[in-house]
Amino acid sequence: MSTPDNNPRRKFIAAAGASVAGLGFTAIAPGLHLMAVGEAKAATEARKAGSAASSIVRWGLLIDANKCAPGCTKCIDACHTENGVTEKLPDPRQNSQWIRKIELTDRRNGKKTELPMMCQHCAEPPCVDVCPTGASMKRADGIVLVDRHTCIGCRYCMMACPYKARSFVHAPLTEQNPEVPRGQGCVESCTLCVHRVDKGQTPACVESCPTGAMTFGDLNDPASDIAKRIASVPTTQVRSDLRLNQAVRYQGI
Amino acid sequence: MASLNPRHEEALFYLLAAIGGLVTAVGFAAALYMEHSGHVVTGMNNQIVWGLPHVFAIFLIVAASGVLNVASMGSVFGRVLYKPRAPLSGLLAIAMLSGGLFVIMLDLGRADRLIVAATHFNPTSVFGWNVILYPVFYGIVAVYLWSMMERRMNPYTKAAGLATFIWRIVLTTGTGSIFAFLVARQAYGSALLAPMFIIMSFCWGLAVFLVVQSTMYAWNGLTLPALVLQRMKNLLATFIAAVLYFTIVLHLVNAYFAKNMAFEYFILFDSEFASMFWVGQILIGTLLPLALLFNPGTATKALWVNVAALLVISGAYFQLYVFIIGGQAFPLDIFPGYDVKSSFMDAAVDHYSASLPEILLAFGGLGIAFTMTTIGVRILHFLPQDDIAELEAAGSVTD
Repeated sequence: MSTPDNNPRRKFIAAAGASVAGLGFTAIAPGLHLMAVGEAKAATEARKAGSAASSIVRWGLLIDANKCAPGCTKCIDACHTENGVTEKLPDPRQNSQWIRKIELTDRRNGKKTELPMMCQHCAEPPCVDVCPTGASMKRADGIVLVDRHTCIGCRYCMMACPYKARSFVHAPLTEQNPEVPRGQGCVESCTLCVHRVDKGQTPACVESCPTGAMTFGDLNDPASDIAKRIASVPTTQVRSDLRLNQAVRYQGI
Repeated sequence: MASLNPRHEEALFYLLAAIGGLVTAVGFAAALYMEHSGHVVTGMNNQIVWGLPHVFAIFLIVAASGVLNVASMGSVFGRVLYKPRAPLSGLLAIAMLSGGLFVIMLDLGRADRLIVAATHFNPTSVFGWNVILYPVFYGIVAVYLWSMMERRMNPYTKAAGLATFIWRIVLTTGTGSIFAFLVARQAYGSALLAPMFIIMSFCWGLAVFLVVQSTMYAWNGLTLPALVLQRMKNLLATFIAAVLYFTIVLHLVNAYFAKNMAFEYFILFDSEFASMFWVGQILIGTLLPLALLFNPGTATKALWVNVAALLVISGAYFQLYVFIIGGQAFPLDIFPGYDVKSSFMDAAVDHYSASLPEILLAFGGLGIAFTMTTIGVRILHFLPQDDIAELEAAGSVTD
C-alpha cells in the first residue's frame, strides 16, 4: 500500500510539474520542504518545543453519528471560540466555518442523521497538491494546515477540496486568539486544534461534545482508543471513492 | 475608404489611450479597495470562490495564447498570408496576457505577496506551473517579435516562432488544466478540458485579431483584401465549429455518467446558467456567427465578419461565466444518496452577482490590454501589409 510520501500519483504529478518547470528554469526550489519528516518516537503526549512533528503518529478523529445529538452545536461553538472565529458578516456565505453541522436524510429509508463536518485531514490532500506556493501543507503527523505567511489567497485549494472544508477570510479581523493566528485574504480550515494537540490536549470540539460522539487519537497506534474502535466497528471515510484516505472517519452513516 | 485627418487622428489616439488608461486606473483603484476592505465587498463567497474577475482574466489569458496562432500559421506552417500579421499577433498576445494577469493577480486575497508566489514553487500545483509558464511566454514572444523586427535577427524567426507555438500550446494546456485537475466538482475534472481550452484559444484569439485588424485598417482608410478576409473568416468558422464539437462531447460524456446527470440537468436546463448557455454561448457565440460567416450575403463583407467575431467574443464570456460560476454554484455531492442540509449551503444552489468593485477590476484588465494595444500599434509599424502577387504565387489565396 502506498504511503503519503511514496504515492505514485503524487510522484507523477510532481515529476510532470518539475518537467514543465525545467523547460523554463534550470533550478527549482521545491516547496515541499515544509513537510519535514522527523524520526521522533511516536508521541501521545505534548510535543517537545523545537522537535519536529513525527510521521510515526497520524492524528485522527472518529465521529459516531449515532451519538451526535440533533440540533446540538456545542462542537461548533467550542471550535469557533477556541480559534477566534467570531466574525459575523452581512452575507453569511462569507463567514468562515471551520466546522459545520450537517443533517442527512437517507433517501432510501428516510433515516435522519446529524454529524459535524470539518477538514478531513486527508493523507492525499487535494488542497496541498494544488497550492501554488506550498502554503497548504500536511504536517508529518497528518494534520493539514495553511501557512498564513505564504498563503496568497488564490482560493485554488477551496476549488479543490471535496468537502468544502475551507473558508476564505473575507474581512479584517479583530480580537484574535494569539495561539491561532488568522489573516484577512488567506484561506483557513480546521487545524485539528494543532496548538492544543502539541500541548498534549485534545481538539476543542472533542472536549466539548456532551455525548462523547467524537474520539481523537493516533490512528497509527494499535493500542489507542481510536485505532481499537476503528478495528472493531464499521467506519466510513466520506467520499472514499476519491481515495484520499482521510484521518476523520465516521461511524453510523 | 477615407483616412482620418492627421490632426484628428492624433487627437483620437490620445483620447483612446486616455480612455484605456482611465479604465485601467479605475480597475486598479477597485483592486486597492478590495485589498483594503477584504473580499467582503465582492459577490464572491466561500461557495463561489472565483467570480467575474476570473471570467475576464481567463478570457484574456486564453485569447492571448490563441491570438498567437495567427503568427504561428505564418512562421511555423509557412502560410504566406499570415506572415505579415505575425507582429500584430505577438503584440496582442503580450497585451492580453498582461490584462489577464493584472486581474488575476489583483484579485488575490494577498496581492501584496506576489513575491511569495514567485519564490515558493509547488511542483504538484497547476497554478504553480502557470507561474512559470506566463513569464516565459512573455520572454519567448518578446524574442519572437525582436526576431521579426530586427533584420539581423530575421534568420531566427522560424525557430522563435516554433518555440512560441510550442510554448503557447503548453500554456493553454496549463490554463485548461487548472480545471481539469480538480477532483472535487462535477463541472471540472476532465482531461478533455486541456485540448478544449486550446481550441477555445484559437477561436477567441482569432476573433480578437480580426476585430483589431479591421479597426486598424479602417483607421488607416484601408480595406482588407477580399481574399484575406475570406481565408480568415473560414478559419474562424472552423474554430467555432471545433469549440462547438468539444462542448457537445464534454456535455455528452458528463450526461452519460449517472453521478453527473444532476449537474448536467442543472447547467443545461434548470438554472440561471441554462439561458446563458443556450442563448449566450450557443446562439450568440456559435450559431449566429456561423450563419454570418457562411451566408453568401454577409460572408464577403468585412462588417459582418467583424460582427461575427464580436459575437464570438461575447459568446466566450457567456461560456466562461457558465463554466466558472455555474460550475461552482452547483453544490458538491459530498454525501451521495442523502438529502443534505447545513448552515454552509450544502446541497444548495448558490447565487452570485458581481459587485461594482469586481466589475471595475475585471474591466481594468480589458483597459490594460486595450491601452497596450493602442499604444503598441501607434508606435510600432504593425499594420499588416499584404502583397497580393506574393500571396497568389504562394497559392495561399485559394483553398
